[in-house]
Amino acid sequence: MTTFHPSLIMRRPWRFAPSIWDTAIFALVIGGLTLIALGGRQTLQPLAHNPAITLDPMALPNYALRTTMRMLAAMACSLVFTFVYGAVAVKSRRAEMVLIPLLDILQSVPVFGFMAFTMTFFLGLFPGQVFGAELASIFLIFTAQAWNMTFSFYQSLKTVPRDLSDVSDSLRLGPWRRFWLLEVPFAAPGLIWNAMMSMSGAWFFVVASEAVTVGNVSFTLPGVGSYVGLAIDQRNLGAIGWAILVMGLVILAYDQLLFRPLVAWSEKFAVELSSGQAPPPQSWLLDFIQRAQLARRLWMPFAKMAGAFTRIHIGGPRRPPERLVQAWSSKWVDGGWLALLALVGLYAGFRVVIYIHGEVGPLEALGVVGLGMLTLLRVLALIALASLIWVPIGVMVGLNPVWAERVQPVAQFMAAFPNNLFFPIAVVGIVHFHLAPDIWLSPLMILGTQWYILFNVIAGATAFPNDLREAATSFGVKGFAWWRKVMLPGIFPYFVTGAITASGGSWNASVLAEVVTWGNTKLTAHGLGAFIADATTRGDFPRVVLGVGVMSVFVVLFNRLLWRPLFNYASRRLRMD
Amino acid sequence: MADTTTLAPPAATENSLLSIRHVRQAYAKGSGADLLVLDDINLELKSNEILGLLGRSGSGKSSLLRIIAGLSRPVSGQVQWRGAPMTGPSDGIAMVFQSFALFPWLTVLENVEIGLEPLGVPAAERRSRSIAAIDLIGLDGYESAYPKELSGGMRQRVGFARALVVHPELLLMDEPFSALDVLTAETLRTDLVELWHEKKLPLSSILLVTHNIEEAVLMCDRIIIFAANPGRIAHEIKVALPHPRDRTAPAFRQLVDDIYGRMTNPTDPKFKAEQPTPDVAASAGVRMGLESISTNLLAGFMEALAKPPFNGKADLPELGEDLQMEIDELFPIAESLQLLRFAEVAHGDIKLTDSGRHFVEAESDVRKRLFGQALLGHVPIVALIRRVLDERPSHTAPYRRFSEELEDVMSEEYAEETLDAAINWGRYAELFAYDEQAGVFSLENPE
Repeated sequence: MTTFHPSLIMRRPWRFAPSIWDTAIFALVIGGLTLIALGGRQTLQPLAHNPAITLDPMALPNYALRTTMRMLAAMACSLVFTFVYGAVAVKSRRAEMVLIPLLDILQSVPVFGFMAFTMTFFLGLFPGQVFGAELASIFLIFTAQAWNMTFSFYQSLKTVPRDLSDVSDSLRLGPWRRFWLLEVPFAAPGLIWNAMMSMSGAWFFVVASEAVTVGNVSFTLPGVGSYVGLAIDQRNLGAIGWAILVMGLVILAYDQLLFRPLVAWSEKFAVELSSGQAPPPQSWLLDFIQRAQLARRLWMPFAKMAGAFTRIHIGGPRRPPERLVQAWSSKWVDGGWLALLALVGLYAGFRVVIYIHGEVGPLEALGVVGLGMLTLLRVLALIALASLIWVPIGVMVGLNPVWAERVQPVAQFMAAFPNNLFFPIAVVGIVHFHLAPDIWLSPLMILGTQWYILFNVIAGATAFPNDLREAATSFGVKGFAWWRKVMLPGIFPYFVTGAITASGGSWNASVLAEVVTWGNTKLTAHGLGAFIADATTRGDFPRVVLGVGVMSVFVVLFNRLLWRPLFNYASRRLRMD
Repeated sequence: MADTTTLAPPAATENSLLSIRHVRQAYAKGSGADLLVLDDINLELKSNEILGLLGRSGSGKSSLLRIIAGLSRPVSGQVQWRGAPMTGPSDGIAMVFQSFALFPWLTVLENVEIGLEPLGVPAAERRSRSIAAIDLIGLDGYESAYPKELSGGMRQRVGFARALVVHPELLLMDEPFSALDVLTAETLRTDLVELWHEKKLPLSSILLVTHNIEEAVLMCDRIIIFAANPGRIAHEIKVALPHPRDRTAPAFRQLVDDIYGRMTNPTDPKFKAEQPTPDVAASAGVRMGLESISTNLLAGFMEALAKPPFNGKADLPELGEDLQMEIDELFPIAESLQLLRFAEVAHGDIKLTDSGRHFVEAESDVRKRLFGQALLGHVPIVALIRRVLDERPSHTAPYRRFSEELEDVMSEEYAEETLDAAINWGRYAELFAYDEQAGVFSLENPE
């Protein structure tokens, strides 16, 4: 952080001139601490005493606070998980063989799949207390955030520059200091960006994880999500309007107070020593903090503490004898390890088949695959539709710097907004016009995720080299040829990135979007998402396992057969450097 | 551990800092035997000397430096630092990197300070010593700047300060000036030599790895010349010229010429592997590694050589100076031309052959034809690719067909570079086409 400038502090006399910035920052910090204390105290209350949700708009700020705190708690868990998991995967070759494919699978398991399995566990940890339900909810949000952060961190660790790695060895920094001085900072820009994207995606799940029913176990946590749940039960459109407004303000605050400052700050960790073409991201809050004298002073003790923490001398274990090392890293031990993994995998697969087979016949299982095809069809059609709409718009916007600057934050805001708050409005419309749910519920799946396509395309068009555009103009390339030969190849890598995020999000959203209620009215579209949602509500675990398993397989295959080849092609052939 | 019956290693003297005996280094290769990069290295480093390791890329000098820095272990042989066997990065050895290796997220001061942390130096002393090192190397005023804000020369000064702040006995420098422009590099070199001779550096000795002959002669007290494939010591030269050395002095020039001559001596068996004289090339066959040099560069080089003042024959040091090239660029070009028999290289001289002259005088189409003839006649891998394509009914062949054959005799990287050169040259001469996407050679030539 630029607030930690040892030399500045040393050279300049200690200046204490509080500015207007300081007052504001101070208020922000104290206010934040107070809110955290308030929110935290409530979680320790017993479940029975938990006040019932009211639809009074005055209660909404408190609900929004609780919702946000869950999100931040889950983010803290995700960070710790990322550091440990990523570091272990990189340091141990054999752990890597398991952890990385596992991460790939975890990433494709629908987020609500985790909920069904773990809810009873967390509730059992703290019987009768709100805390257990809070943990279950936080865990769900964690599963929506952690995987891509971990991937990003792992990939960064794999590509730490050789010279920086050498200099760390040569200076004998030790593994602990090296981790904090080299590996974490190097990974920071990617990690922060992914964390922010994760949080964007996770608002959807925060809202959905506050009122959950699995079989005969259910809980309701105070939050915006349960407020909306109650409003749906009572068919109160006005309350839903209030919830949308408050959530909008929360997302705006998240964007301005957290997302932008962090992303702007992470520029500092970019390794390319020359400054790139694109202007670095700006944040008024970051400028603000960096200008404020008092804020800097306040930050100092924390920076010092962090420094001391990363300087703790942890001696690595003494290097074992060379013979042992050689024996341990031999091919035979590798073989044994692989055999063990295969055995455990076989056994687990066997148990799952037995478990499902007890309840579900092969014909029904086949039917579930058919439902998967239906959902797949929806995802494909929606991605195609969204691309048709947003690619031309994104290109037009991206090529105009003024527009891009205005539209980009809106697109990012829309991607973060928990669009499930809009679902009731759609239901009202479908019921009113007697539309077919199988078709008209589908757009809900992509309501929130389409924005990833838009803002990635805008980013691509903005980054499109000006000289190439001018060359195209001067050779008179126009119309269809301009799109096919000039612009589409130019934005393709960005588009693929956006489309991958959008399709992953749509699979996840299908669990919520294929079954929608409004008071007593329940609309269901045929599909795998609805199957999982139904089985979860009924507490029918064999079918939940089956549904989640089939969806994971679909997502993995979809990624391997479509997105990965496209991504590889884009990064090999169509990169601009 | 070491076999003492072979070549007698230099006797350890009392002022010996570092001694290296029978060191061999090899890297595992995809298939077959390991790739030997250093073979039986014996070396003694004394106090108060600047020792230069001179060689071209691939001669293993950087591998040796990594061993001395404790960053890698030799597969056999002994490294003794201050009389004790070395097991990893050691006290009293600091390193300066070619790429500077600064942490972009730390300020200049923080970058220098981290060198002292692992030594358990208290914070206040860390600060004062770092500031002293920064001042010494001429960076005062930049303490709170980030590396991004500095020019290349300034960044490398930070690299020096970070190495010097630990007060090492031995400073290792891995081509420290090669990423800098000519003027900046010269300023930094003279500053460093000056500080050294004024005894202002808290150092006992310096080990400099370089591929710049003049740099070695300018700075070093002793120069060790490496030969490649596998890397080994070819010559040792003492430089007795007084400091500050004048690049234009006859004695200086003569020494530079002498080193060029030694490194291009066709009768020296140690340099045989890297000199594609006709008989060497013939015996190597497809094993002959190539360096991927653009045909434009080859043509431009020949044109420069054909023109006055050289008129077809040049002294390599002069030509290098004229074209602003160091030996890691100059030698590969010269050798490629030698392989194609467009030029002859011996004893530090290069001379255009008749076919070389013919090429220079020809038009574009004729040049392509001449180049194609030279490739088919003298570059076995290109001839092989063409023959295979001609023989196969489909007139296509996958990349793997040739890369696997090369990987049997050279490292994967080197095989890739060799094929890269073959592809580029073959494409220029229109001998065959290559589809990078599919990895397929073919005879189709889009007209």
